[in-house]
Order: sequence, then structure tokens, then C-alpha cells
Amino acid sequence: MGIYLPNPGEAHINGVIVPEEKAYEEAAKQFLMAKVPTLFPGPLVLWDWNEKAAKKATAIRHLYNTLKECVQPGQTPMLIPMPDYRPKYPKINPEVEINPNHPNLTIWHNKIDCCMFIGVHCHQANLSLKIIRGGTSCYTIAMCAQAGHEDAMLSFRDASVEKIMKLAEWVRKLKGTVQPRLTSAKSGASN
Amino acid sequence: MADTHSVIGTKNKKGQTFTDTWEMLNEAPRTPSFFTGSEVIKEALRRASCDVMIAYPITPQSEAAALIGELFAEGYIGDYFRGESEFAVMSQCAGAAFGGARVFTTTAGPGTMRAMENFPMWAGARLPIQMIVTCRGINSPLSIQPDTLEIAYLLNTGMLVWHAETAQDFFDWILKGYMVSEEPDVHLPLALCCDGFFVTHTKDVVNLTPADMCLPPYDPYRSPVPCMDMECPPVRMMRDPFVMKSNYISYATHASWQQEVWAAVERSRKHTIRWINGLIETENIDAEVLIVSSGTAVSQGREAIRLLEDEGISCGLVKIKSLRPWPGEEIREATKNAKHIIVPEFNVTGWLAKEIKASIPNSDRVNAGPHVCGGMTMPPEIIVSEIKTLLGMRTMSLAGRGS
Repeated sequence: MGIYLPNPGEAHINGVIVPEEKAYEEAAKQFLMAKVPTLFPGPLVLWDWNEKAAKKATAIRHLYNTLKECVQPGQTPMLIPMPDYRPKYPKINPEVEINPNHPNLTIWHNKIDCCMFIGVHCHQANLSLKIIRGGTSCYTIAMCAQAGHEDAMLSFRDASVEKIMKLAEWVRKLKGTVQPRLTSAKSGASN
Repeated sequence: MADTHSVIGTKNKKGQTFTDTWEMLNEAPRTPSFFTGSEVIKEALRRASCDVMIAYPITPQSEAAALIGELFAEGYIGDYFRGESEFAVMSQCAGAAFGGARVFTTTAGPGTMRAMENFPMWAGARLPIQMIVTCRGINSPLSIQPDTLEIAYLLNTGMLVWHAETAQDFFDWILKGYMVSEEPDVHLPLALCCDGFFVTHTKDVVNLTPADMCLPPYDPYRSPVPCMDMECPPVRMMRDPFVMKSNYISYATHASWQQEVWAAVERSRKHTIRWINGLIETENIDAEVLIVSSGTAVSQGREAIRLLEDEGISCGLVKIKSLRPWPGEEIREATKNAKHIIVPEFNVTGWLAKEIKASIPNSDRVNAGPHVCGGMTMPPEIIVSEIKTLLGMRTMSLAGRGS
């Protein structure tokens, strides 16, 4: 708890500070290995509240389309928007939802085995990432617009359109070189 | 995320230039000025681009709240008003910070205790409010004299807690404090403490940055929580399963929330070290005897060291600047060769000695004291006496001033 977060130009993988380039490669590999690689865009990129947000949203759609093009049969990329953090009322179903602050973050009985948060406010992202990490075997990635996320297994910082596009390029570059895990995350998980 | 363009180099309505903070504090020329600690708080605030200051100026411990009122009248503070009590002030500070303002307030002693419920709320809501605590006695019968017991209560609120030794620390740390507090991976309130009266009411030479330079404004779009979102926690706190349900996911969310606050305290370490040049300062730590303390007890420790040198006794010093984040590793390293660790404190319970004991091996090396309390001064002679007694040397008997 409370690791040193990466400086500009760096990222972290499992808490170890690495050059950003290495993180692109690892994130792309994790996406291509996953049975259900999933992007969770949050309110900071889902609402057209400034020019940057709109461009980022377009880049995220491009990354999702790239994932769909690059995965093998049996892999199912998903794009699940998380438009706000309202708690669900009057009840939540912990069987399908991992966090009452994130009604749209459906973990699908732990079938999502790799996810990336982008455009999620840092505090809310860290809460969810902690719970996902504690209760599932999902590999978590954060594309953070600020200082990065210690609770993701892999985190970029200073997210920009260029960085999202670069990650998409890495996915394309590694297409066909990574062996996917075609069993569900749950069957391999201990929880 | 926000489409913000840099304001550095532009002017505010008072003609001050928004200046890169590092440049302003480390490279700009300084002017020596002879001020009380309270006046120094005012001068720091003049340069802080503060949006809102809320005051409950009952305490005679510090004139700062009234002086900042003058700043508002001069046009340097965005808004300024008086709350009905310390509790009200701290709640109003939360409201202003939720709304995206840079907020400042000041309190002391019983006022700090009365407002206590708000401090973990500030931290939980990730509000980067700065609160000056000019410590005074908190117990009955009331005292307006300095006593640092209230700091002990702040240590587990989730706030950052720094302890200034001098008015110069105070001036610099008010400005630097905002830089650490407002980092998006920190974004926590800061309790910037000093020993009231000694620092607030005495005059000292303080090197001030140019009055025509000020901090860049706070950017609420870097906040880790949405600004004033009435539908979501932390603003919306009741009527939801998040709070009111007894189930695992509710507990898990609460637990994660608390962990995240304390993780943010730890993440502040990197920024605090950069801005205040380390969490501790050390002198002569190869000596067998070390004085380890914070606040004005450090100044008294320096005097004691001078007296000991006259008698040929070598004694080192560790000044603790930040209490949260706690410099455990730094203290372990600095005290590794010490046989005797003396912890003078201005309070009756010795909370700092307990913190140090919990952080180092062979904690029986720690001598908790001398303590003074209830507003007593701490003459360096009683520190000297304590050290000489520990070393088995003859020492004069002093009148009791506490434990």
C-alpha cells in the first residue's frame, strides 16, 4: 500500500517501475492472452465535456476495434462503459457486480480476465481495482491521466490520445505471437 | 483531463504574477522581514492564490484568522467568512473544497478537538484543505499556552501532518503544503502544526518570497473524485446500500476506501521529500547521544547541544518535519548508531516518543522526555540534565516542570 508511483515517461508493472515502452508490450500481451479482454471507459472520457475527452473516446474505440481484429476465435473483447459512480439502489447483487459504486462494472462471475480502466476518477478507480484484485483473478491495467494507479497490476500515467493509439499499435504488432488462454478466468481461479 | 492552459506568467486581479512554485520558492530572491508567526501566516496566504478562508477567530492563540481577514479586504483572498463554531468552520471548509476551491483555515486547542469529526471526513472525501494548527492546551482548566497534545489526535485522521519548528518553516511549508496536498495521487488535507505562542506571537527574521509572485491556482479537474457530484459518494453518503447495508460488498468498499486514504498518505512521501527536502533533518548522527524531536522542542534541543559541547559531550540531532507521512525508515537509519535517544516534548503523554519506539529496533534506547506541558517553557538545561543523568554524570537538580 502506498507504492512510489512512476515518474513521467515511466509505468509500473506489479509495483516495479519500468520504462513506458515495456509496459505497452506487457499490456498488449495481456490483452492478447485474455479470453475476455475488456475496456472500462469512465465518465472522464464518456462525456463530451472537452475536446480532449472526445478525441480520447475515439482512440478508445480504435483500441477496441483493434483488439477485435487481433484476437483469435474464442476470445471476446468487450467495451463496457462506466458512465458514473452512482450507488445502485435499493440493492446490489454481489454475484454480478463487484462494486456498488460501479453498477456498470459487471465482472460476470469473474469471466473477465483482463481489463483496462481509462477515464475513471483516480479514487474510484483505486477502490474498484483493489476489490477486483482482492476478489478475482482478473489482470488489471490502468491508463491513468494523472499519476498512475498502484492498485492496477500495470499502470500508465499521463494518458493521452497518443498513448492509447500506441497501445493499439502494440496490440497489432504482437498479433499472432501470443498464445491465448482459452479457458475462462474463473476455471483457473481459486475464488 | 481538463483543457487547461498554463497560467504561469499571467497576472491575477491584484497584479501578482502566477509563478511556477518551484521557481518561486527555490530561485526567486528573498527579502528578510521581521514578523510574528501570525504575520508570517498572513504573508504566506498573500502568495497562496487561496480561494476561500473560513475563520472562527475566538482563540487568542493566533491572530492569523483576523489578519487574513485584512488580506480579504485587500482583495487577496477569494472569499472569507466566519463560522458559528469550529465544527461549523471545518464543515464549511469541506463544502468549499467539494466545490473545487483552494481552502485555508486555522484552529488551535479545544477548537481542534471540537471540530475533530470533520478531519477524517476531509481525508475520506479527498479534500486538499490546509489547516494551520497553532497548538495550545486542550484540557480543562483551559490554557492558551503551547502544548502539543492535540497533534496526537490528528495522527490517525488520514490527514497529512507536518510540524514546523520556526516561522520560516511555516512560511515555506504553507506554500509547499498546497503543492503536496493537491497532487492527484495524494489529494488529502494537511494539518500544518506549530507550537502556538512560541511561534505565533514571537518575532523572527523570515525570508519572504516577492509579494508580486503567487502560486498557480488550484486545478479541481485533477481531483481524484468528481467535483461536487451530489449523486455519488463521497458527497452522497447516506440512504445508499453503500453505507447502510450489512453485507460483504459494502464492507469491502468501506475497507478499500480507508485503505485508499492511507495509501494516499504513503504516496505523499515522494512529493513531501521533494518539497520540504526530506522528512527529517539530521546533524552529527554519529554521536552516541541523539536528540530526536519536532517543533520548537528541536530549537531547545539545539541549545542543549551547544551547552553539552561546552562540557565536551557530543550530541546529535534529528528534526522530524513530517509526522504523516511518518519517516520511520529515515529515523531507523539516523538512529542506528545511537546508544541514547532523547525525545523532548511539549506534552504530558509523550506521543512522539511512542511513535519513535514503535519504529526502531532496541527501543529501550528511547528516553521519553523531558516533557513539559500546560504551557511551561522547556529550558535547554533540563534537556542537558536529562542527558547527563542518562550518561551517569552528576547534574544539578531542577524544579519539576512536568514529568
